[in-house]
Amino acid sequence: MSHPNPEEIKGLTTALTGASAGAAPHLGPPRPRSLIERMKDSDIWLSFKASKLAMVAALVFVLMTFGAIFAPLLATMNPFDPAQIFLADSSLPPAWATGGDPRFFLGTDDQGRDMYSAILYGLRISLIVGGLGVLLAALIGITLGLVAGYVGGRVDALIMRIADVQLTFPAILIALLIDGVFRALVKTGNKEESAMFVLILSIGLSFWVQYARTIRGSTMVEKNKDYVQAARLVGLPVPIIMLRHVLPNVIGPTLVILTINLGLAIITEATLSFLGVGLPPTQPSLGTLISIGQRYLFSGDWWIVAFPGLTLAILVLAVNLLGDWLRDALNPKLR
Amino acid sequence: MSVPVLSVRDLQVEFVTRRGTLRALDGVSFDIAKGEILGVVGESGAGKSVTGSALIGLIDPPGRIAGGEVLLHGERIDNLDAESLRRLRGKKIGMIFQDPLTSLNPLYRVSEQLIQTIRTHTTLSERAARERAIGLLNEVGIPAAERRIDSYPHEFSGGMRQRVVIALALCAEPDFVIADEPTTALDVSVQAQIIALLKRLCAERGMAAMLVTHDMGVIAETADRVGVMYAGRVVEIGPVGDVIKEPKHPYAKGLMGAIPSLEAEIDRLTQIPGSMPRLSAIPAGCAFNPRCVDVFDRCRSERPGLIGVGDNHKAACHLHDGKGRA
Amino acid sequence: MLAFVVRRILQSILVMLAVALIAFTLFRFVGDPVNQMVGADTPQAEVEKMREVLGLNDSTLVQFARFIWNALHFDFGISYQFRQSVTALLAERAPATLELALAAAAFALVVGVLMGVYCALRKDGFLAKLFQAVSLVGVSLPTFLIGILLIYLFSVALNWLPSNGRGQVVKVGDWWTTGFLTVSGWKALILPAITLGLFQMTLIMRLVRSEMLEVLRTDYIKFARARGLTTRAIHFGHALKNTLIPVITITGLQLGSIIAFAIITETVFNWPGMGLLFLKAVQNVDIPIMAAYLMLIGFLFVMINLIVDLLYAFVDPRLRAAMQG
Repeated sequence: MSHPNPEEIKGLTTALTGASAGAAPHLGPPRPRSLIERMKDSDIWLSFKASKLAMVAALVFVLMTFGAIFAPLLATMNPFDPAQIFLADSSLPPAWATGGDPRFFLGTDDQGRDMYSAILYGLRISLIVGGLGVLLAALIGITLGLVAGYVGGRVDALIMRIADVQLTFPAILIALLIDGVFRALVKTGNKEESAMFVLILSIGLSFWVQYARTIRGSTMVEKNKDYVQAARLVGLPVPIIMLRHVLPNVIGPTLVILTINLGLAIITEATLSFLGVGLPPTQPSLGTLISIGQRYLFSGDWWIVAFPGLTLAILVLAVNLLGDWLRDALNPKLR
Repeated sequence: MSVPVLSVRDLQVEFVTRRGTLRALDGVSFDIAKGEILGVVGESGAGKSVTGSALIGLIDPPGRIAGGEVLLHGERIDNLDAESLRRLRGKKIGMIFQDPLTSLNPLYRVSEQLIQTIRTHTTLSERAARERAIGLLNEVGIPAAERRIDSYPHEFSGGMRQRVVIALALCAEPDFVIADEPTTALDVSVQAQIIALLKRLCAERGMAAMLVTHDMGVIAETADRVGVMYAGRVVEIGPVGDVIKEPKHPYAKGLMGAIPSLEAEIDRLTQIPGSMPRLSAIPAGCAFNPRCVDVFDRCRSERPGLIGVGDNHKAACHLHDGKGRA
Repeated sequence: MLAFVVRRILQSILVMLAVALIAFTLFRFVGDPVNQMVGADTPQAEVEKMREVLGLNDSTLVQFARFIWNALHFDFGISYQFRQSVTALLAERAPATLELALAAAAFALVVGVLMGVYCALRKDGFLAKLFQAVSLVGVSLPTFLIGILLIYLFSVALNWLPSNGRGQVVKVGDWWTTGFLTVSGWKALILPAITLGLFQMTLIMRLVRSEMLEVLRTDYIKFARARGLTTRAIHFGHALKNTLIPVITITGLQLGSIIAFAIITETVFNWPGMGLLFLKAVQNVDIPIMAAYLMLIGFLFVMINLIVDLLYAFVDPRLRAAMQG
């Protein structure tokens, strides 16, 4: 096992944060090289090229994201549009199986929806909900962590106690509860439209703790460094110091948490939808499709559950592999 | 001369890595007689500790003994199977480690660790093993051994823990003990006590010992003979007084020059320029040649063997083989 | 030691109060309890009377105190959906969840430790590498997908095990039903227990493996080898004991997660436990059940944390000494 020396690690952090510790980023000389050039030189890129598994995972992830973004172009139908769905086509097996229909390559579900199209659209929802949920969590966590670390005292104690209590419970339970609360608050008629926002909010509120803890820890270290003291002496307002001076120097590690949590968030969304409290069958995510498919497992319609399940598994595996690799590449000590 | 307790003949140890095979020990040979203490000195990475591990059969992959022989009482032990080697460890060869804080399992009482070791190597009953353990703790100078034996390691001070480690290493009465920097991790005030204890135990039990250290003071005080190692090779070996007073190998000379002395006439300690080569880049010929002040052509191509330079005193240097600088 | 215990217990009570506050807020402010209970055509006067009877017109603090007082007496009100006491509903389903969680935890611990030790000792073996790869995939698969996969294999394709319910249960005492006493009960338990325990199992396996590799590198293990102790004594005495201490902690803490994650497994296997009840409550906005379940899970987590902390202190002599000194 090779351990990069501290200089290398420092270089990495610098590459990530765009600022070296101890120097205020906006005061430095103009950057001589573009971000891409610096990326190519960094250890992180070298380590990426060395890891075949990470490359395959990245390729899979990019392909899936591509499929999700261009779903309307790639799909053969819009699975959310009832006008395009015909019950006569329901529960058809994949095209290659006996009784398959060449129009529906991966078969159809119980409503007559094309599985291939439904998966593309479901993937889209999974990625949007997971991605935005994780970003929201990061936003909440980073803000609270910065404030707790920088302000300290009672504010810090309060935020961290909330974090402690929340950390006692698994995220899925928190998400379920928040989901339940919002379902109670939202007017009955709007439930289907708001389902996605409720999910994003649930995920955001369930996963913020880890960011807050990490950011708080490093903020407390940075706050006492000379450059922050200097900014204070100059009389810069606190929010400016926090955002422009402290934040760039503490935000590096959150990238790893972000990647690792993306997998978790996608699973959480799928689970909530599977449990019937996420996205409704009229606009199914991968979890909803699997939940529909489970009902037809015993009647032999394996494709309704198999293809969305496989897609979900591959997506999460790819994200997790990327996260693992990123964590190892950035901090070998965590291995 | 009778058969030495331990003989090492041309020992080679290699580490197979992705970047090629590194030779950690290259042709190491020495003997240790009954009751004799051999000091082994050298810089970190010279192969002192690897030698200790190799003798006791604890070289872990990717390392391996690539050649040579280790003989205990005239019988080869380097080619024994794992189980026979295990029986030998502790029973015939004891080993004392550097850091007493980490050498003892924190979750077991001292008594448990002692009794387990004693009963592994003898047929003593639990009660008899306990008796022996208490006797041993008394012998290594732990006060109120009877009471303290059931303590956990963290309840002892560093020096006391090293005494426990020594008791553990000696509890099956080995004929030969390897002490790998036994005092490095201890307070200076405790170091002398531990060294005195080791010396006394060797004398009382007629035990042979190999004392690995980079503290020349300890060697001068304790060892009968001393071996100087450099880049995995023994470069000089001989009676402790001769080697310290009249080192023959230029590296040994430098090493001795680096010892502060009370009656020093020179006001500066000599320093050896440069640093020891990495195992992946050992130069041809004499490994010391890039740093040697007396280097000449032959040093760069031909590796010197150990040559007699005095009574029982050998050095691996072309300066002393009679051919001179030719 | 005593001071430590007291401090930990006080902390636990504080956390429980926080959880109670959240549960109370849910109960009181998310959806009006009275509106849920009465029909749309109930006269206003009657609604007001109900508010008075339920104490909803008292100050918030009094209501919170009453909520805690009732909770201490296991009174969490009446379920909106079932018109039944929440406590009775939960108690009826508790044995199913607890038996499932217990079986899952036992499976995770036994198999996880065995596989972890194997992977550490045969680090480069084919089987160890296979375990590692499978564990990575296992972590990436959502629980419900694993459940469905198992159902497809063992219920649909092979038809060996049931995919639904608890099998035949036997009543033990007044309020406990067990599936441990019938063959069908055991058969019904296998798939859900594996599904629920699999994630924890891979977690424990990875933890045991990395902890044990760490321990095997320590000086005291090297010294134990240098003393000629048998490989068995070193691996399964010295190394395993040192490995298992952190594993105990994590596994203990996971027990709460297992009970919480049972929600998913119970849904997949239609297991008549508390998780399924809670899920129905979330789907139908049955706040009293949600609040009670939250309190229950909170209590379990706090208790488990407390016990694990105390146990940890008891097992590790260094900590024990640190607290006495």
